[in-house]
Amino acid sequence: MAIKLLVIGNGMVGHKLLEELVARQPPGLDITVLCEESRPAYDRVHLSEFFSGKRAEDLSLVTPGFFDQPGLHLRLASRAAHIDRAQKRVTTADGEVIAYDKLVLATGSKPFVPPIPGNDRPACLVYRTIDDLEAMTTWGASSRTGVVIGGGLLGLECAKALRDMGLETHVVEFAPRLMAVQVDDVGGQMLRRKIEELGVTVHTGKSTTDIVDGESARHRMKFADGSHLDTDIIVFSAGIRPRDELARQCELGVGERGGIHVDNYCRTRDWDVYAIGECAYWGGKTFGLVAPGYDMARVVAAHLSALLERKHIQALPEFIGADMSTKLKLMGVDVASIGDAHGTTPGSRCYQFSDERRQIYKKLVVSGDGKQLLGGVLVGDAAEYGTLLQMMLNGIELPEDPEFLILPSPDGKAKPGLGADALPASAQICSCNNVSKGQLCEAVAAGATSVSELKVVTKAGSTCGGCVPLVTQIMKAEMKRQGMAVNNHLCEHFAYSRQELYHLVRVEHIKCFDELIDRHGKGLGCDICKPVVASILASCWNEFVLQREHASLQDSNDYFLANIQKDGTYSVVPRMAGGEVTPDGLIAVGQIAKKYGLYTKITGGQRVDMFGARMEQLPLIWEELISAGFESGHAYGKAVRTVKSCVGSTWCRYGVQDSVGTAIELENRYKGLRSPHKLKFAVSGCTRECAEAQSKDVGVIATEKGWNLYVCGNGGMKPRHAELLAGDLDTSTLIQYIDRFLMFYIRTADRLQRTSVWRDNLEGGLDYLKEVVIHDKLGIAGELEAEMQHIVNTYECEWKKAVNDPQTRRRFHHFVNSNEGDGNVAFVPERGQIRPARSNEKRSLRIPANVVTE
Amino acid sequence: MDDSLTKHGWVLVCELEDIVPNTGVCALVDDEQVAVFRVGEHELYAIDNVDPNAGASVLSRGLIGSLGERVVVASPIYKQHFDLHTGECLEAPEHSVRTWQVRIDRGLVLLGQPKR
Repeated sequence: MAIKLLVIGNGMVGHKLLEELVARQPPGLDITVLCEESRPAYDRVHLSEFFSGKRAEDLSLVTPGFFDQPGLHLRLASRAAHIDRAQKRVTTADGEVIAYDKLVLATGSKPFVPPIPGNDRPACLVYRTIDDLEAMTTWGASSRTGVVIGGGLLGLECAKALRDMGLETHVVEFAPRLMAVQVDDVGGQMLRRKIEELGVTVHTGKSTTDIVDGESARHRMKFADGSHLDTDIIVFSAGIRPRDELARQCELGVGERGGIHVDNYCRTRDWDVYAIGECAYWGGKTFGLVAPGYDMARVVAAHLSALLERKHIQALPEFIGADMSTKLKLMGVDVASIGDAHGTTPGSRCYQFSDERRQIYKKLVVSGDGKQLLGGVLVGDAAEYGTLLQMMLNGIELPEDPEFLILPSPDGKAKPGLGADALPASAQICSCNNVSKGQLCEAVAAGATSVSELKVVTKAGSTCGGCVPLVTQIMKAEMKRQGMAVNNHLCEHFAYSRQELYHLVRVEHIKCFDELIDRHGKGLGCDICKPVVASILASCWNEFVLQREHASLQDSNDYFLANIQKDGTYSVVPRMAGGEVTPDGLIAVGQIAKKYGLYTKITGGQRVDMFGARMEQLPLIWEELISAGFESGHAYGKAVRTVKSCVGSTWCRYGVQDSVGTAIELENRYKGLRSPHKLKFAVSGCTRECAEAQSKDVGVIATEKGWNLYVCGNGGMKPRHAELLAGDLDTSTLIQYIDRFLMFYIRTADRLQRTSVWRDNLEGGLDYLKEVVIHDKLGIAGELEAEMQHIVNTYECEWKKAVNDPQTRRRFHHFVNSNEGDGNVAFVPERGQIRPARSNEKRSLRIPANVVTE
Repeated sequence: MDDSLTKHGWVLVCELEDIVPNTGVCALVDDEQVAVFRVGEHELYAIDNVDPNAGASVLSRGLIGSLGERVVVASPIYKQHFDLHTGECLEAPEHSVRTWQVRIDRGLVLLGQPKR
């Protein structure tokens, strides 16, 4: 039997249904999808990241090629206008008629715009789709102030977006507190204080009566109490309403406050029509979270597959309601609400803890007999969320004094409560993707031993990310149980991570490898730990890398200060800071390359790479480069490489700042800085971003007011957009933040961990990084800056040092007992230059004679 | 060079002090390239200089270290490890290399014959 399935809506839940159906591969299913928006499903949970540098395509939930599969037809920008249930067909707004056997409504919600006169003025916006965000960005560019109407979860997220755009931001809430649904009065007050500290003005108990022309801004909002507020942008975020208009018009039955009535299989009163996600009304309520929507999608997918396969229908999963607990970070403030947060269960008792200095509020709601956890509120610190949620969901009996679950422990010891071991295998850990502890343990047993692998295999933690700490805990416990080594030891010679070794070197002022391995390691060392220690020593003390006690630690590239190539020759890259080079400089490079017969190529970092240099030629080449005014480009090191730049305001019609000047200043400041991996920078002179700074470890983009600083981007193997760390900085603050950022990375990263991967693994993410770099949460900013200043002050060109030091220079001979060159090196011509001979070519070349070098 | 040395098939290649501790040099002996390593102050090892995995003459430029009980050098091209005692390539035994006799005599480094 074949079924023509029509799905209206390609939001998160609608798309989950498609994924589930495709994964089940039921025979004979033909699916048409109507998507009102111009782009297919994207991640609305992380919508606000659009403002911290993510693009629409980064948020996409559609795996490449998904809609190319047979039996799937996606129609973008196609809105369903009418359902004819009798004829079983749907008419689109464009007049197209599509017949169906089964219909799924996944229409989601629309933002509720309160009926305030003036709510349709220009720059009165909503916050739901990427198009909405683009409208906010457009209006934001010509605005100074912004107001969000609504202090709920989405409203606060939206306020963060306005603040990130640099607007003076207000939140206007009708209720007497923020997040009225999720938190209680005390929690709401704590949240308000924290948010006001971040520079957002909060107005509660305000009812807007009218929006008219403003005096100091585009609009004036008039309030019922007679006061008013002038603002350039207004964003309505006063709740959502189910998109049930299609269902109403074909009399499917809707709830009192909207939402399409469904049963446990998510069927409407017409059994050929299902409704899932935010538009569905079940058990007297609608569900505005993604996890219950995903549950519904799974239920419907199972139901449809069973119909197709004509399976017995009794064992099918049913939708049985959902836990609405949530944890999120609002403007850097952790907020969590669990179960019965308001203590409305009869006979319930509650425990509260508040710390006004650290601005933390925690509350537990427990059953009358004190044995069961019913709910809770966490503001300012939600570390216990995972534990508390699991206790509530699994009915785990509370300890005798449950208050200790939320009280800070005086000696910093772990809290009582539950280790991962206490959870039953059936415990649902990731509610977004319905992953149980048992499934996680199976995945660990099958070889997934990192959180990122677990995410790929099980999808746990890949949607809202709220369960990641618990997933990590379970993974570690399971690895331990299975006797797998959970360690991040550098290698067999050091039972420490790179970060720990860095601290040992700093704290004990260790200046050489032998001292470190004597005190803290064993054996001779190896090709893993030696370069790492060499790099740490250089990052800390910045001594010459070819000094006798450091020389033997260096990888071949660092040992010969050049990049080894597949045939054992080297490439040479002189520094051209910011990509700027004089004609005389170019001529000198060209003449040197010509003299030594080198192959030349322009690099991605805006400089010239010269290939095919024999080891014994390196000092000669560098003597000439140095006398032409060049210095080492450090292309061979795990170090700061280049600062790419566009031409900027000096020449460009569009440039707003001197990007080349700043690039050169940055490159000269950080050149040669040794780090866990290579570091690439770029500076763009305007928002057109011609220097591609958002794909760099450190990216700087000019604004009218100064510089936006982006960090942790990568263009290589796994591209990653850099994220906005801070905006509109003057040059000295820019440098201060980069100093702190780089030194913090150097302190804490793993071996060969680029900033992008480091950032992906950084607990607390971008917000934490901002706390450390901008707000100096750890109180180390001064130290980091001083450490960087030491590096800057002690910079020396390594090549200048090498060619002038007879001891070092002696090493640049291929043979210790002969002045001959390596006879194994041979070149053949290609496109007017040289390239290494292949082995078959070498055999025929070998016959004449050895190649002799000078 | 001392005649008695060459008579016994030993070739003087350099002074010990020409090799920085825990690094290697390359010596040319009868048109063959030999990598000579100084481990610590006084231990010497010698193996073929050409890395069969890459076909390049580079082993003398590798990093010296230990893996368990073995003393090894890591090729700078693709990082395979070669046992300095036996010449065995740990990752690809079919690409193992020969070892050479080597000794120190009054501060001089002498190379003998390849061990078969």
